[in-house]
Amino acid sequence: MRRREFLLAGSAAAAFALRSPQALAQARAAGWRADRTLVLVELAGGNDGLNTVVPYADPAYQRLRPAIAIKREAIVQLDEKLGLHPSLAALGEAWKAGELAIVQGVGYDNPNRSHFRSIDIWDTASGSNRLLTEGWVSRVIGASRRQAERLADAVVLGGGAGPVGGAGLRAVSMPDPQRFLRQAEGMKAADAHPANPALAHLLKVQHEIQDTARELRGVLARAPDVRGEFPPGPLGQQLRVAARLIAAKAVVPVVKVALGGFDTHANQPGPHANLLRQLGDGLAAFRKAVTGAGRWGDVLVMTYSEFGRRAAQNGSNGTDHGTAAPHFVLGARAKGGLHGPAPDLADLANGDVRHAIDYRRLYATAAQTWWGFARTGAFDGHAPLPILKA
Amino acid sequence: MRPVRFALLAALVALPALAAAQAPSASPTLTADDARHLLVRTGFAALPAEIAKFEGLSRAEAVKRILAGARAEAVTPPPAWTREVRDLRPPGRAASPEERRAWQRQRVEEGLELVGWWYREMIATPSPLTERMTLFWHNHFTSAFRKVRAPVLLYRQNATLRQHALGSFAKLVHAMAADPAMIVYLDSLQNRRGFPNENFARELLELFTLGEGQGYTEADIKEAARAFTGWSLERETASYRFRPFLHDGGEKTFMGRTGRFNGTDVIDIVLQQPRVADYIAEKAWREFVSEKPDPAATGRIAGRFRASGYDIKVLLGELLLAPQFWAPENRGRLVRSPVELIVGTLRQFDLPQPDDRILALLGRALGQEPFNPPNVKGWPGGTAWINANTLLVRQQLLRRLTAGEIPAAGRQTAEGEMEAEAPSMTPEERTRRQRALERRMARRLDGADLDAWYAKLDRRWQTPERVTALLVAVKPVNPPRPDSDPARFVRDLVLDPAFQLK
Repeated sequence: MRRREFLLAGSAAAAFALRSPQALAQARAAGWRADRTLVLVELAGGNDGLNTVVPYADPAYQRLRPAIAIKREAIVQLDEKLGLHPSLAALGEAWKAGELAIVQGVGYDNPNRSHFRSIDIWDTASGSNRLLTEGWVSRVIGASRRQAERLADAVVLGGGAGPVGGAGLRAVSMPDPQRFLRQAEGMKAADAHPANPALAHLLKVQHEIQDTARELRGVLARAPDVRGEFPPGPLGQQLRVAARLIAAKAVVPVVKVALGGFDTHANQPGPHANLLRQLGDGLAAFRKAVTGAGRWGDVLVMTYSEFGRRAAQNGSNGTDHGTAAPHFVLGARAKGGLHGPAPDLADLANGDVRHAIDYRRLYATAAQTWWGFARTGAFDGHAPLPILKA
Repeated sequence: MRPVRFALLAALVALPALAAAQAPSASPTLTADDARHLLVRTGFAALPAEIAKFEGLSRAEAVKRILAGARAEAVTPPPAWTREVRDLRPPGRAASPEERRAWQRQRVEEGLELVGWWYREMIATPSPLTERMTLFWHNHFTSAFRKVRAPVLLYRQNATLRQHALGSFAKLVHAMAADPAMIVYLDSLQNRRGFPNENFARELLELFTLGEGQGYTEADIKEAARAFTGWSLERETASYRFRPFLHDGGEKTFMGRTGRFNGTDVIDIVLQQPRVADYIAEKAWREFVSEKPDPAATGRIAGRFRASGYDIKVLLGELLLAPQFWAPENRGRLVRSPVELIVGTLRQFDLPQPDDRILALLGRALGQEPFNPPNVKGWPGGTAWINANTLLVRQQLLRRLTAGEIPAAGRQTAEGEMEAEAPSMTPEERTRRQRALERRMARRLDGADLDAWYAKLDRRWQTPERVTALLVAVKPVNPPRPDSDPARFVRDLVLDPAFQLK
């Protein structure tokens, strides 16, 4: 706290700064840690887990992927069996600092291989035979009362509203904050409280837009930009905006960013390396920027993707839709290291890595361990993982 | 003069009271406001000329007229390719990458054309109720381009939905079970003897007829799936085909009955469940009357619907004549869907239809892409149409549509801003598209010349009160100043939250 206050005193936007620690303190008192931000990183298209966290020592890995296996000498070693794709080298620093948790074998029963259906399942935390329409975050925090000075419950910087979709949440999608402000300015204020429920809903949403716009103006004024080398490309841009919001002490429980193009059915190596570079470099820059702003302790980053890919390559030097995959959890409070069993290529299910950890356990970790919600029914009894420090 | 004026005033005050007193006994005749309500709720907009035709009719006459005008076919000629025999199989191994891309691109182009065609029909149709019901059934028996991938199948499904839109619900269910788009959408192709795929069977019970968890078991779903094995299609001609060698002809026990049932038998058994009529009546109530069905009323309406053998006109007639439909407290309490808002605004102000790409992009930004519902449950609708993002886009659209014509100098085609839709949309594309939509709306979307529109209005609508009553169903949140010029007044009305309601 001290460090933060010190930094603020020197900032040009002292007027806003005075208010924000109060907002953070207020958020902390809400019964759950609304002052903590979860950054959800969607890897859209189905990221290839075996070429992300590579079981390089397993001879079956080379055998299954003669043309697309990552060269052993290029791998960023994590231990004697597993290593990161070379494009993720920038994450090495977080790994060494013990802030990168890698959760392996994340998936679910009766996996669905359709992009649309499977991302629906991940977004809503539903079993594969159940159809839910509200995003999992909305189901967890939707019911809790909103604090006056929260920027929004969720800010979507990339991709669809997915996990934060649904009526219960104040989620704002703003690929470009300036543009959002311009659009919001066109709305007339309305102070009516009509009995007509449809009209009341419209006015409520209108108020939310105006509240968010007001908060956002303050946020942008007190953190004109963040330092750091963010990689070129959409994910780098989104992470820069995310860092800026967090550096400005915006109270926003969820920030969602997304990178697409992981549906690598053909000629995978080049494009996949490029995507992972954006991911690795982007997260490393984000970590640096948020640390510099003194807020890294309030941030947890979590990746997700609709599915992993098949263990064997296909006939076009690519991979087809699979099931389980590893995911990253990054933050000062993450328990660095490998969690969950390494993929067993000798024991595949239908050509896929077996899943060992239900993806809802990641969500339960965010809800209960990170935000401090009591056990919720939202995850069908799936318990948190021991991947965060106390 | 003074006493006369007073007497007149007294008479004016007494009139509504008299009308109210008479209401329960005599069949009330439609006022202009009633006619507007009926037209907007059963269509997309109410134009003064249409209102004039319904004013003064009794409710029964008015509803009868709307139902009698219902069509079973579109008036707008469909794209030529819908009449061709289509092979659904992608280009074979011999095809070059260019040929494959061309094939993909053609599908995407046809998909866009199909969306544009349906909008043209919704705008041009003499029977808006037919299109509203086609949309209603599209949201009930969902199929989506993103899975079906073949525009010709979605066109044919749309034609089938329209054919039965106000016909027999029983026939509609049977038609949908054998509908090629549905067969692809709900994996009936994978439903084979020994390897049943339950997708269609589950939705048949859960979403199409009974409602989630209402009077069926998981075992019923499994048995129904067996009964539908072999319901397939012929890819070469894109048509339904029953494949006997894939069909499980064995004995099934379904909803307490045992026999060697096929899919048709299963549907017949389901349609004998009384719950079906209730489920459909409740859903139609939410579409036409209010967000909260009145169980006594829907129970009664469902009874008539059931007794009629699932005649959809009977269902709608009952709904539209229910006192709750006309009740003042239910007016202006439903949110206009994106399609209703777009079509309604274009119809109301006689605006040219935007190009197909704008419509497709708008649908995505507003949360309702025709031929692409989000999942098998369809669009949730109601107040869920409105969130921070969709409300901003709605306002942006309406601002553009009321901003007057685009001067010729500003009119240019923004080349390369929109490419054909890729098989799965990436987040970057989504962002890019949102920007492309804004650019296109700014450059290509003509707005109404509101002065000219107002000048052409029938004289009796040319007062602040009447034009307000014409355009919005409830009192505006920010009533425009009565002394503002007409164009400004109308624009403020359209941008008022009240305009989002029906």
